[in-house]
Amino acid sequence: MQAGTLSKYLKSGAIWGFIVLELIFFSIAGEFLAVSDKAFMDADNMLLLFKQSAPIGIIAMGMTIIMVNGNIDLSVGAIYAICAIVLLDSMTWPMFAGLGDWVIPVAWALALLTGILLGALNGLIVWKTGVDAFIVTLGSMLGYRGLVFMYNGEQPTSHLNWTLVDFAEAQFMGLHTATWFLLAVTVAIWFLMNRTVHGRNAYAIGNNREAAVNAGIRIGPHMMINFMIIGFLAALSAVVFYSESGSVNPNDGQLYELWVITAVVLGGTKLTGGAGSIISTFGGVVAIQLLRKGLAHIGADTSTVNLVIGLILIVVLFLDRQLNVKGKEELKI
Amino acid sequence: MAGLTKKGIGGFLARQGILVAFAVFIIGFTIANPRFIDPDNVMGVLRSSAILGVMALGVTFVVISGNLDLSVGSMMSFSTIVVLDLHDKIGPALAIPAMFAMTLALGAFIGFLVGYLKLNSLIVTLGMLSAIHGLTLTYSGGKNMDIDDKEGTWFSVFGQGDALGIPIPILLFALVAVLLGAMLSKTPFGRKVYAVGGNGTAATFSGIRRARTVFMCYLISAFCVAMAGLIQASRSLGSQNTVGQGLELEVLAAVILGGASLLGGSGTIFKTVIGVLILGFIQNGLLLVGLQFYVQFVVTWIIIILAVWLDIAAKRGKLWSPIA
Repeated sequence: MQAGTLSKYLKSGAIWGFIVLELIFFSIAGEFLAVSDKAFMDADNMLLLFKQSAPIGIIAMGMTIIMVNGNIDLSVGAIYAICAIVLLDSMTWPMFAGLGDWVIPVAWALALLTGILLGALNGLIVWKTGVDAFIVTLGSMLGYRGLVFMYNGEQPTSHLNWTLVDFAEAQFMGLHTATWFLLAVTVAIWFLMNRTVHGRNAYAIGNNREAAVNAGIRIGPHMMINFMIIGFLAALSAVVFYSESGSVNPNDGQLYELWVITAVVLGGTKLTGGAGSIISTFGGVVAIQLLRKGLAHIGADTSTVNLVIGLILIVVLFLDRQLNVKGKEELKI
Repeated sequence: MAGLTKKGIGGFLARQGILVAFAVFIIGFTIANPRFIDPDNVMGVLRSSAILGVMALGVTFVVISGNLDLSVGSMMSFSTIVVLDLHDKIGPALAIPAMFAMTLALGAFIGFLVGYLKLNSLIVTLGMLSAIHGLTLTYSGGKNMDIDDKEGTWFSVFGQGDALGIPIPILLFALVAVLLGAMLSKTPFGRKVYAVGGNGTAATFSGIRRARTVFMCYLISAFCVAMAGLIQASRSLGSQNTVGQGLELEVLAAVILGGASLLGGSGTIFKTVIGVLILGFIQNGLLLVGLQFYVQFVVTWIIIILAVWLDIAAKRGKLWSPIA
């Protein structure tokens, strides 16, 4: 019993321990290897870190629900790209020409609506056909990306609206706009997962689908709502990021699903469903961004970042399984 | 009633739906543009499908054993870059076996993690997708790799040569397909792969060494990737670091299209070949009909969903899922 609690404690705290280790490592290594004179744990640097983790982080919150629910969504990167194009392109449509800066909320609404619709389409297919979410979203990842390319070929879609850029670059109480969005989404999804019936159902379905059905939970609509949430969040992530950058390439968002899933798995969410926490996912998002930033700080290039993140993912999986096996053995006794 | 429908047209469609769909596509595109069925065009499609096809053959083993391999794309970039680099350093005759050894080592590492350590294959190969990409970039220093003497090397034979009037890539694809097809359907090892994927626990209790079987599947997959890398390198004699990026999904699409279940235990080499050909001919047909290149992604999406949907609908006897 004692050891069981210990391993549980180790597991839930592991991601924060990892973050502390990263901070110590990069601070010390930075003293010797840093390309710039600035300390790694500089306040501005840390603020920037949160801002940069926002695009991945916002989507990761949705992916946590999807994975707790026992599904997966590989199409988020493509949804992200489509919504970015809708956001930037709709601001130039002639029918909105008379709106002035009021075009911004209209464009935001259109982009978010697109995300919800694309997510709903995924969810509807999973629900009505019974095809595994992995296959459905693998397909729509190709299909949605195809739509992105059909829209504008290989040309980037660009539109800069300075009011929007000012808003996206603003800082409120020291934090950037993107950071506020990340925090708001984290709090909202935490509330959804821990304080509502919908959240409890997500855990129930992921843990034991049969039992959930027998308990009278309607799985189909539940899954569809989850896919709509992640579609919405992928759109929100695009809206927050492209309000500032103002230009989207058709390849943008590619491999985002990889980063998002890595963050969620680092945070300890089970692929088989039924377990996972929003706060730990937040830890996973920060840990990944810290790693990217830290490696850049000590002068490593992208290739090393890819290598290290891939291997860390595997090591985490291994450690997680070791801890789990240990817990099961103790249960037997 | 149920027995009757199984024997009737519906049952035939359910079992051979993918072949019927293939035939319909061929006829449809031929009517739309007669050039589609032209031998030159067919050879062209086969030649360009060979790389994807060889990789799909290996992934079929992995999928039947109940696992996934998302790392084949970046592994293919790796083997292409390595063989091109070694070509100028130690000569093609040594570069090819060296590249095969390095790729097989990567496959063995994944096989060890998934087979012996029993880690989740989706996450392991997702991690390896990133890690191998990093490895490739580190190896090449981020630069494109080119062979110095492009005219004088015999290395180009694997991608550009012909034998008996048939392009070598097609022959290699056919050779690997026949070998692996025989291995899967005629040998004890093949039956073990099905057993492990169908019911791992039952397989273990019948004395099949599950870990070893899975390990071998990843080795086979790595071998196919090395073969694909060889064809790719030999065809272009120069390459970017990202040449295989995204291929893992197209490969998986072809395997799924061929009717292999992601849960494991079902699928055949023959059907995977059909899946590869469908993807290749659709891509070509859409271009010949005059549609944009990118339309194929959307069409592939629709076809994958329809194929898998009809497959499971036939198995459960109902079109719509019973999910409430």
